[in-house]
Amino acid sequence: MSFEKFTELISEAIILPVDNIDTDQIIPARFLKTTTRKDFGKNLFYDWRYDLNGEPIESFILNNPYNKGRILVAGNNFGCGSSREHAAWALYDYGFRAVISTFFADIFKNNALNNGLLPVQVSRVFFQKIVDNPHSLIDINLPLQSVTIISAAESEPFEINTYKKECLINGFDDIDFLLSNLNEIEKHEKYKNANRL
Amino acid sequence: MKKTLFDKIWESHIVKEITGGPSILYIDRHYIHEVTSPQAFSDLDRRGLKVFRPAQTFATCDHNVPTLNQHLPLKDPSSKIPIETLAENTFRHGILYFPLQDSHNGVVHIIGPELGLTACGMTIVCGDSHTSTHGAFGNIAFGIGTSEVEMVLATQSILQFKPKQMLINVNGKLTKGVCAKDLILHIIAKLGTSAGTGYFIEFSGDTISSLSMEERMTICNMSIEMGARGALIAPDETTFSYLQGKEFASKNEEWNESIKMWKLLKSDEDAQFETVYDFNAEEVEPMITYGTNPGMGISINEVIPQNAKDRNVFSKALTYMGFVQGEKIIGKKIDYVFLGSCTNGRIEDFRAFASIVKGRKKHPDITAWLVPGSNGVLRAIEEEGIGDTLREAGFEIREPGCSACLAMNEDKVPSGKYCVSTSNRNFEGRQGPGARTLLAGPLVAAAAAINGVITDPRIYLIS
Repeated sequence: MSFEKFTELISEAIILPVDNIDTDQIIPARFLKTTTRKDFGKNLFYDWRYDLNGEPIESFILNNPYNKGRILVAGNNFGCGSSREHAAWALYDYGFRAVISTFFADIFKNNALNNGLLPVQVSRVFFQKIVDNPHSLIDINLPLQSVTIISAAESEPFEINTYKKECLINGFDDIDFLLSNLNEIEKHEKYKNANRL
Repeated sequence: MKKTLFDKIWESHIVKEITGGPSILYIDRHYIHEVTSPQAFSDLDRRGLKVFRPAQTFATCDHNVPTLNQHLPLKDPSSKIPIETLAENTFRHGILYFPLQDSHNGVVHIIGPELGLTACGMTIVCGDSHTSTHGAFGNIAFGIGTSEVEMVLATQSILQFKPKQMLINVNGKLTKGVCAKDLILHIIAKLGTSAGTGYFIEFSGDTISSLSMEERMTICNMSIEMGARGALIAPDETTFSYLQGKEFASKNEEWNESIKMWKLLKSDEDAQFETVYDFNAEEVEPMITYGTNPGMGISINEVIPQNAKDRNVFSKALTYMGFVQGEKIIGKKIDYVFLGSCTNGRIEDFRAFASIVKGRKKHPDITAWLVPGSNGVLRAIEEEGIGDTLREAGFEIREPGCSACLAMNEDKVPSGKYCVSTSNRNFEGRQGPGARTLLAGPLVAAAAAINGVITDPRIYLIS
């Protein structure tokens, strides 16, 4: 999967402070039937965005044009449930490049990182500050590993693995890396076979 | 240094460790299905790559398939395309594929063990979070995303960080009318849906040892619902006798050699786990969920809690479910019953369901979907006479697939309707837009199907 390189993102945020947003909410299963990675954004949060007749639900945050931004701010345990990578594709296709939460589910976090979507885990205190400054620009600086609420002049560092950070900054993916290790993989296979492991 | 079972399997599958980064983990077995693989194959094509070890990948279609009239051409083009794409991709790359109507076809996590493709001490992945099921045989088995499916297709390896480890000990005897599903729903209700995030779990204790393989699979299957990447259980005689003679299991001398290796697959005494929990199986009662995540479960005779920890999530869930805090769940009218899925779609689940409905009738207001997990399960249902018992009670048996667990096919629960479901997720809209799911085991599902309301199955077991 090729994705845009990620270094620094300055944007407003869309704030959806709901905990345990599972991947069935991000993209319902009935929209997983296509065989490409494209066009999932139109069905992002479909059952929260549209009513049973397909009409936009006005109260939902994405349906208010006043709210804009390439950063999604979501409640604790974001991305739990199904392993569907379509959730990361849908967020990326919609235009998001980063998600800020107090906690991410494991598989979603991997899927996001593999698709150029940066998961930024922040403290509960910092999360609340973002919620309290809904239209502030937010600066996510990946090389510095910092996230800043510009209007409040509040910053917090965030964690990311060095390898994954390099991949995002350079737009590399894991397959290139694994392919460069095929010799080692074959050696491992020979060892396993010889030892009946 | 004392090692856990997880450490032992992990270390024997590490190709290379990268300083400050993930490890290259070798994958023994890769299962694929029609929903999370097409984009992996097309990306492989884009890069001009072949499947590196096609003999270690096995394919089935299950997520999208209809559960009636599988012999007819597929009507829905949006289901047909992914299934045809899987057939083309597997043919082109020389991967063994069990298509619809094949005697081996079924839900990926049902057929792997049933065919003996899943053994012990392996690393197993699949683009499906419930891959944790295969941990019941003492494997490191976990769900992956499509980019990772592509990595495994291209290199038979994956990049992984070593997770933290959790031990859950369960001791004591499960009481009559309480099954493995109740036990795991009880554990998730106590620990919450994110307690396992970042962890791999080992289940241990005399309760776990006394469970059948199918029950152990139910437990490991739902470990992902507490956030864990997966769970595993040390293999023992129960494991070996389940696998012996299975179609793809090793045979003769090779089998004897395998058993010798597999007997070593256990955690050292005093091995260190970051987190340890203890549960008493005797305290577990038939369980049911009332909310919109699998941690929102209660004993069937309890009332819906009034003092939930998380007010926002709690009130949003109750509004969606149409329930009020403090009210009883027992006696609530329901509309649908779903027996099936990789959690409870095996023969023992059908036996349990049949034990309750035998000699009784399905409630006329209930729509029941009884969906075997595989053609193998379907054959067993008929061979054991369970099919007759179920039909006499007014039930219809469908053909295998994931079905109403995630409602990608026609099996959708209408908006606002209540479904007692033996599947694994009760998220909003999981069984169809607006559908209201109550997760339970096969006994609770059966009792609801004949009584039309939520019922303690134990009233049918006294005699």
